[in-house]
Amino acid sequence: MSDTSRLGFYLLLAPILLWLVVLIILPHIGLFVVSISEKTGPRTYETGFGNYAAFFGEPLYWRTFARTAIMSILATVLTLILGFPIAYYIAKLTRGRTKTTLFLMCMIPFWVSELVRTFGWMILLRETGVVSNVLQYLGLVSGPVELLYNDAAIMVGLVYTSILFMVVPLVTTLDSLDDSLIEAGYDLGGSSTAILREIVIPHAKPGIVSGCIVVFMLSLGNYLTPILLGGKDSLWFTGMIYTQFITRFNWELGSAFGFLLLILSSLVVFLGLKLSGQSLSETMGRA
Amino acid sequence: MKTALIPSIVIASALAAPIAHADTLRLLTWGGYAPEEVIAKFEAETGHTVEVTTSNNEEMIAKLRATNGGGFDLAQPSQDRITSAQEEFGIYKPIDMARVNAGQFIPSMLSATAGNTTFDGEVYGLPHVWGTSGLVVDTAKAGNVQDYADLCDASLAGKVSYRLKRPTLIGFAYSMDLDPFAAYGDPAAYQAILDKVEAKLTDCKANVKTYWGGGDEIKNLLRSGEVVASMAWDTGGWQLNADNPDITFVAPKAGALGWIDTFVLPARGRADDAAYDWINFVMRPDIAAMITNTAGNFTAAVDGDAGVSADLKARYQGSFDQAAIDNIKWYPPVPAGLEAMEGATLDRINAAK
Repeated sequence: MSDTSRLGFYLLLAPILLWLVVLIILPHIGLFVVSISEKTGPRTYETGFGNYAAFFGEPLYWRTFARTAIMSILATVLTLILGFPIAYYIAKLTRGRTKTTLFLMCMIPFWVSELVRTFGWMILLRETGVVSNVLQYLGLVSGPVELLYNDAAIMVGLVYTSILFMVVPLVTTLDSLDDSLIEAGYDLGGSSTAILREIVIPHAKPGIVSGCIVVFMLSLGNYLTPILLGGKDSLWFTGMIYTQFITRFNWELGSAFGFLLLILSSLVVFLGLKLSGQSLSETMGRA
Repeated sequence: MKTALIPSIVIASALAAPIAHADTLRLLTWGGYAPEEVIAKFEAETGHTVEVTTSNNEEMIAKLRATNGGGFDLAQPSQDRITSAQEEFGIYKPIDMARVNAGQFIPSMLSATAGNTTFDGEVYGLPHVWGTSGLVVDTAKAGNVQDYADLCDASLAGKVSYRLKRPTLIGFAYSMDLDPFAAYGDPAAYQAILDKVEAKLTDCKANVKTYWGGGDEIKNLLRSGEVVASMAWDTGGWQLNADNPDITFVAPKAGALGWIDTFVLPARGRADDAAYDWINFVMRPDIAAMITNTAGNFTAAVDGDAGVSADLKARYQGSFDQAAIDNIKWYPPVPAGLEAMEGATLDRINAAK
């Protein structure tokens, strides 16, 4: 009897173990092994941390790394500022069919691929694009304006591609907030800002944190949006990893970059959780 | 019983023979090099089936490196990128010239490619499609652009685009009266050339609207008029010329950069029969003309230009007179390690403000 239940336990455990080992742990071990091999000549390698030294020795690499992290954090904050009112409106101020419709409208852009959505932004923002033409038609500008190929365009693209992943956890947590708590706040004479600060945000915190984690990870690891919308100065770390792997044939340095990106994202998420006083299990469990 | 069995075995093996012979050819090539109609004709004639994956030089090498030369039966990298990849990663196998119908190839191109793709005494590449990169210019708006360095002219600020890749470094070096190909074998001299080009391209950065990545991207930029002068492939210029007569390919004064895309056999390819059949098939003059008409570039096939459309020939002749053809700088094989030096230069240009 206990043998069969133990067998059942291992059988149930098997898929998650397989997932972890085959798809996550093994590739990362492989990545790490490649990242600590240094090329000394054609087909000869030796073990060492030279690739990591190269990263810290070349300002271009770590500046791009820092730039990517800062812009991803900025994109996360902007997504939160934009997503929170939307989520609040959907969760608290609408009922029934309207609620479903609004929620669906948030999802519809995600029915097409990220590539198509990014090309859509390119059509809007380019010099001969829709926005430039409308501005000229309205007489607001005298000649064509170039809105593409800069950091602001990247930011727009990043926020747009990830806002759904902020809205969904926020709607879920805000939905679970009992309306009577907000009413009680008003009855006790609280102002709107006080209620937001004392009741709504503390309740929504797990949703905010989990939404921020997902959006940050998506922005940091995004490749298409920064490459297509960014200009000649807009470097993004994933683009550098691609360059090392594909155009430079330098898998060793590319792997070291990949590993550093993993460490960076883990570190930022850890710091975010510490600063907001949340634990990962609680955040993910409730959102 | 016994006598009845023998004919049936004969019939069965006769039936089985073409089936066993028919393979799936996994072709790793460039867009336009394997048009649908050519594939259909090949499949009908030989019974093989063809699976096409389109790619570019770097991705071809990266894909084959990832599998140690497996996953594809025939690939088409440029001739200058073969020996270094073979030396570093060992991803190709030698060509068996006995199985190639050498009479279909233009002899000078066949021997030049053989010379450039010889590694350890074995030949690894056969020539297929050739073309050049140079300038694609809107002659109405930027008629003064005659050479790579003219892209840095102040009158074109914000209207220029090129790739941040090695052809740009080479082209600019030639237009600055340097000879990068002669310095391939001498790292110190090559670095000195790269340093001069780096200074030039850093200065020129203010002129650039964006660094283009794919052929469609630059064609869009030129077609919309957002970019009026660029460094790009000849075919792109000729395609745009069909829509807008002002835009065309200009062979730069310093010389267009000539490339030849080849046939190579990946080391662990499984369908060599089909690969050789494909090579011998597409080098036939009629098929070569079909490929030229879709890809826009000419091939190394004898009489391959006979069936090419008159429009394309006219555009080619408009861009290249005999002097411009003689002035084409053909890429010699890239020595291993050169790309790392170029990479560092490109990184610094990219990071410069």
